[in-house]
Amino acid sequence: MLDLSPEEWTAVALSLRVAAVATAFSLPLGIAVAWLLARKNFPGKALLNAVIYLPLVLPPVVTGYLLLIAFGRRGIFGAWLESVGIVLSFRWTGAVLACAVMSFPLLVGAIRLSIEAVDRKLEDAASTLGANRAWTFATVTLPLALPGIIAGAVLAFARALGEFGATITFVSNIPGETQTISAAIYTLTQVPGGDAQALKLVVIAVAISLLALIVSEWFGRRAGARVHGA
Amino acid sequence: MVHDVISVDIDKQLGDFALSVTFQGDSGVTALFGPSGSGKTSIVGMIAGLTKPDRGRIIIDGETLFDSNGGINLPAHRRRIGTVFQDGRLFPHMSVARNLNYGRWMTGQPRDEAQFRHVTDLLDIAALVNRRPGALSGGERQRVALGRALLMKPRLMLLDEPMASLDARRKSEILPYFVRLRDETKLPMIYVSHDPNEVKALASRVVLLDGGRVVNSGGVELLSH
Repeated sequence: MLDLSPEEWTAVALSLRVAAVATAFSLPLGIAVAWLLARKNFPGKALLNAVIYLPLVLPPVVTGYLLLIAFGRRGIFGAWLESVGIVLSFRWTGAVLACAVMSFPLLVGAIRLSIEAVDRKLEDAASTLGANRAWTFATVTLPLALPGIIAGAVLAFARALGEFGATITFVSNIPGETQTISAAIYTLTQVPGGDAQALKLVVIAVAISLLALIVSEWFGRRAGARVHGA
Repeated sequence: MVHDVISVDIDKQLGDFALSVTFQGDSGVTALFGPSGSGKTSIVGMIAGLTKPDRGRIIIDGETLFDSNGGINLPAHRRRIGTVFQDGRLFPHMSVARNLNYGRWMTGQPRDEAQFRHVTDLLDIAALVNRRPGALSGGERQRVALGRALLMKPRLMLLDEPMASLDARRKSEILPYFVRLRDETKLPMIYVSHDPNEVKALASRVVLLDGGRVVNSGGVELLSH
């Protein structure tokens, strides 16, 4: 059943790598932004919130095109990044950026909910016991929100794994470099007789996504138990 | 004149409610007594450093924690006030032992086995240290919260209706611990309550509050009539 060609295995491995790196890099920023949105009031908060959620509602091709304008070799950020040796366009690193941007709303949304669910009275208690804000966050807020943070990361990983529109627009569909599972499936459906191979990749994509959702759900349930001190 | 251990003079506007109180406390137990809505818990928040008064001064043991004129507002984590809340607020993800040690860790104090044993014996919580807060009864939880506050070696204990969430039987079980705490630790305490029996059993000084003002203050005999 799973007799994939080396190119297809490459696409699967690349997808996993892109999704993992995208999640790892966006997680610290996601936690920081989620904490800001959950716990702070500041001018421009509504705007920040809207910008973060934008990739969720924009057509992915639009997000990809905007990334191309900004991070392409001649883009404002892209030209600067190239001068320090980082090239994103048509590289797997660009796929990482596209996946990170596309999955960021899910990541922030889940983490924000879990931070909001942490009782602020416990944070107050920590500060009366001598914990400054950073220690309060590290010893009370973060551990209590952790199951939700992990669930959010798993969701973001699954979303990154399935990313297609923004990625193909930004970094194209280069086998071995930017051709993820989704792009490989797309390519196979474009050639005569490719359906059978495409179906195998579809099965893999479904399996990985399903597994991610089950893991995410499991951590979500643990979050409740943990906050209630069981 | 004997120098007051506790000197509080604060104003705070909370929506329609204007809080304006001035009181002093000695090295014993100062009770803030009044009906719910009299501003007791707001005062606790301001002494603990969790909310900022609009104006005034809070001086504990000669150190100014807050002074609107001098621009002083020591953050809560540097006030060293052992605060016990009505709802305990134990950290649910830590064992009782870790809860007890939390304040000592955060204030960077070395391990003190003798002190730990003394406090856990005083409060009869030595047998609970490996449990999780979720597995404790209400009275046990409050005793652990008391121990946690004591073990940070505070300069003042601030007790905000620590028995209000307990039923009458549990209250009578836990009251003796507060008496022991008062007699053995010699820490100045602010004890907030709306129960005259608790106040009579514990306090050396009573501050009567109503509608955000101090209506009277003096000895416990204030509650006799």
